[in-house]
Amino acid sequence: MNLSNLSVGLSTYLLVGAMLFSLGLYGVFAKRNIIAILMSIELMLNAVNINFVAFNRFIWNQKIDVHYILTGHVAALFVIVVAAAEVAVGLALVITIYRNRQTTNVDEFNWLKW
Amino acid sequence: MVGTVVFFIFAIMAIAAAWGVVTSKNIVHSALYLVLSFFGIAVLYVLLNADYLAAVQLLIYTGAVSIMIIFAVMLTLRGEIRESNPENRSWGWGALVSFLVFIVIALVVLTNTDWRVLPTPWTSGGSAADLSLLLLTKFMIPFEAAAVLLTVALTGAVILAKGVKESK
Amino acid sequence: MFKEMHDLFRWAWLIPALPFLSFLLIAFVTKRSKGLSSTVSILAILTSLGMAIAIVIGIIRSGAEIVEHPVISSVNWLNIGGLKIDFGTVIDPLSGMMLFVVCLVASMVQIYSLGYMHGDKGWSRYYAYQSLFASSMLGMVLATNLLQLFIFWELVGLCSYLLIGFWYFKVSAREAAKKAFMTTRVGDFGLLLGILFLYTKFGTLDFAALSAILNNNFQDIALIGTASYVTVMAFLVFMGPVGKSGQFPLHVWLPDAMEGPTPVSALIHAATMVVAGVYLVARMYFLFDHADPIALQFVAGLGAFTAIFAASIAIAQDDIKRILAFSTLSQLGYMMFALGVGSYSGSMFHLMTHAFFKALMFLGAGSVIYAMHHKQDIWEMGGLWKKMPITGWTFFIGIMAISGVPPFAGFFSKDEILANALHNGHPIIYGVGLFTAFLTAFYMSRLFFVAFCGPEKPENHPHESPWSMTIPLMILAFFSVVGGWAALPEHNFAYFVHYLPLGHEFEHEAIDWGLAGISVLAGLLGIGLAYIIYIKKAIAAESIVARFPRIYKLLQNKYYVDELYLWIIKYVMGGLANVLYWFDIYVVDGIINGIAFITRGSAKTLRRTSTGQLQTYAMVFFFAVVVIFMVFAFGEGQLTSLNPLATLGGVK
Repeated sequence: MNLSNLSVGLSTYLLVGAMLFSLGLYGVFAKRNIIAILMSIELMLNAVNINFVAFNRFIWNQKIDVHYILTGHVAALFVIVVAAAEVAVGLALVITIYRNRQTTNVDEFNWLKW
Repeated sequence: MVGTVVFFIFAIMAIAAAWGVVTSKNIVHSALYLVLSFFGIAVLYVLLNADYLAAVQLLIYTGAVSIMIIFAVMLTLRGEIRESNPENRSWGWGALVSFLVFIVIALVVLTNTDWRVLPTPWTSGGSAADLSLLLLTKFMIPFEAAAVLLTVALTGAVILAKGVKESK
Repeated sequence: MFKEMHDLFRWAWLIPALPFLSFLLIAFVTKRSKGLSSTVSILAILTSLGMAIAIVIGIIRSGAEIVEHPVISSVNWLNIGGLKIDFGTVIDPLSGMMLFVVCLVASMVQIYSLGYMHGDKGWSRYYAYQSLFASSMLGMVLATNLLQLFIFWELVGLCSYLLIGFWYFKVSAREAAKKAFMTTRVGDFGLLLGILFLYTKFGTLDFAALSAILNNNFQDIALIGTASYVTVMAFLVFMGPVGKSGQFPLHVWLPDAMEGPTPVSALIHAATMVVAGVYLVARMYFLFDHADPIALQFVAGLGAFTAIFAASIAIAQDDIKRILAFSTLSQLGYMMFALGVGSYSGSMFHLMTHAFFKALMFLGAGSVIYAMHHKQDIWEMGGLWKKMPITGWTFFIGIMAISGVPPFAGFFSKDEILANALHNGHPIIYGVGLFTAFLTAFYMSRLFFVAFCGPEKPENHPHESPWSMTIPLMILAFFSVVGGWAALPEHNFAYFVHYLPLGHEFEHEAIDWGLAGISVLAGLLGIGLAYIIYIKKAIAAESIVARFPRIYKLLQNKYYVDELYLWIIKYVMGGLANVLYWFDIYVVDGIINGIAFITRGSAKTLRRTSTGQLQTYAMVFFFAVVVIFMVFAFGEGQLTSLNPLATLGGVK
């Protein structure tokens, strides 16, 4: 086995992202605890970040004028910022609901039901 | 060669940790698996020459977000810890749909010949200096918007967590 | 002379208008006052009678001119699209004769009612209806086109309904009124179909125009298709007279119509309304002439059958009004078959004379009923002649007239019909007519002998009726005597009232005295037989009944026709109604209820998609993403150009 030929290409990174994304999706669908769902959403966002950075690494490897092409990094950065804000607000909401209803069970948040 | 081995180790670690997040019945275990997954992803960033981003990932995700999640878990924990993260009734359908989504994405990725590229030597920077140059010139407006967003989120979270007092 | 008469004829529309005005006045103004109501009504009809007499004199004076050129005055009523209908009056000898007959009988009946209906609570209502009827009948007689005639035809039917059911508190009267209306409706349906058919084929409903079209252009349109249309039209139009004039299958209403007051029976169901059918056939005779001969043969056959059918029932009836009702049916059959064998003048002449003597006999019967305090069975009467001489003598004149004894009116008209039947080549119908004449004489004489002659019954206290009732009897008796003499002069009845087929000239037919003698003999035989049975009692009526019990029962129950109709209505129509009811409940309602049920059921099922749980929604969302991807990737057509694989550079 000649390991030197095993280089990791773009598609491998993308597959990793895809796997993380699907796992996060499963968590969103199948979990009852709302905090678990929020965690799964974080997983999905991370998968997206991997995609951004991977594309930036493999395809946009150049420099224009003064700037390097680091658009993927910037995008991932903003995703991180937004995700952090969202987690903060989301958890504050969860705590508020917990105060009112004494539960974190998503099945019981069904006020849109028929 | 080393890069490949490292990649595989940490990629598998990230994925296995993600698996643990969504399948664990114990919510505290889920939270800890999440930290592990974030860590694995940070290493992947390093392998992709995104140094600054890896640092940010570690600082914010593993450092702040995870702590927040653990705090929230502790504040809302009821009943048996070991049963605190059950699956709901339609987890089978969820598994099916997410598996289908994975297949779809995998199909797209694997049938696209433009994406079978191998890494070329990295010449494009990636340090904090390079990023800050970009952020403050080309991406000025998103930067400011993100700042506003953070302020608003912060205020909102404080108000929500504090609760609204009845006026006298 | 014709010019002055022409001006008079232009005012003919007043004749129906005056009774109609009287109807409106009575209905809205004078209802409270009995005296005023009857005065207004009688004044109106007498004025119309005066005008009618003037018109008849004018017609006679105009001679041949009016026969060829009837005076038509009309105004345009409707002009919608292609439909152009006029409203007007036509003055020719036929309508003149009818005007005179209707006005005379109507006025006699209204004067008679002053006595007969004395003390009745519905006095004003009665006279209002009488006026309405008079105006409708007169309007029908003067009609220039089929639609106008149909309008008045229906009005006349309405008045018949109102007057039969006049004593509405009696169940039998209400039922009889409904029966009359519905039975004639069946006939009117056919008539309406015929009218529509005529309109669509010929584009006009005017009598003169239709006659011109059929006479002049018939050679051009004598294709097989069109010729048979005319026959169908003739049959359809004939349906109306079958109902209104009580021909065989639709005769059932006339005996029941005797529930109405006797003057009403005299006016409507003897002299005027029932002859409306005969009048219609006469007016539309050109249609029957141009149709296949089978149409007229049908008319003749049905008429002859009705004549003998009704006469045979009459010999077994005991109610005085029923006997007269069946007699009317029989005589209507005579008029119908006269038209069928081509004896147009004979039929119309018989119409006129029959109106006189039948109205006379009905009013006489009313006088008897009034004296007997409303008993109507002839076996409870007896020996009335002595106590009621005027009624007795006038009734006797009526019997003579209907039996065809000269010189009374019935002789001339009946003889003309029978002679024409034989001369036009219908020996069977002649035989039937002759036998019916014998039967007619028999049962009318039976009625007279049983009711007026013989011993008096001690429980009756008959007395002669008041003058208001006996004067009309005497006037009608006068006409029953002299009415037939209109056949005698040079310009006799047939000279004025006849039908000329295309290309013929009018020929004056002399009276066939040989045949006349035979029919007189038949009448005398009938009277003689009745005399033997009921006066001499040489043959007992009971023994005849005992020898033919079943035939007697059949005749007495009117051949069970009413029972047959009830059975048909109950089982055939009722069965059909049940089937349709089932269809309505289960199929039609089922469809409606089914639609509602489907809506409700699907709503009940579909609401479960709103679980309120975001995870479910998210799952569906991503599942849709997968589906869309599948469609794009593997689908056909334009969508694949949006294949994400292709847009991303990947080619499958």
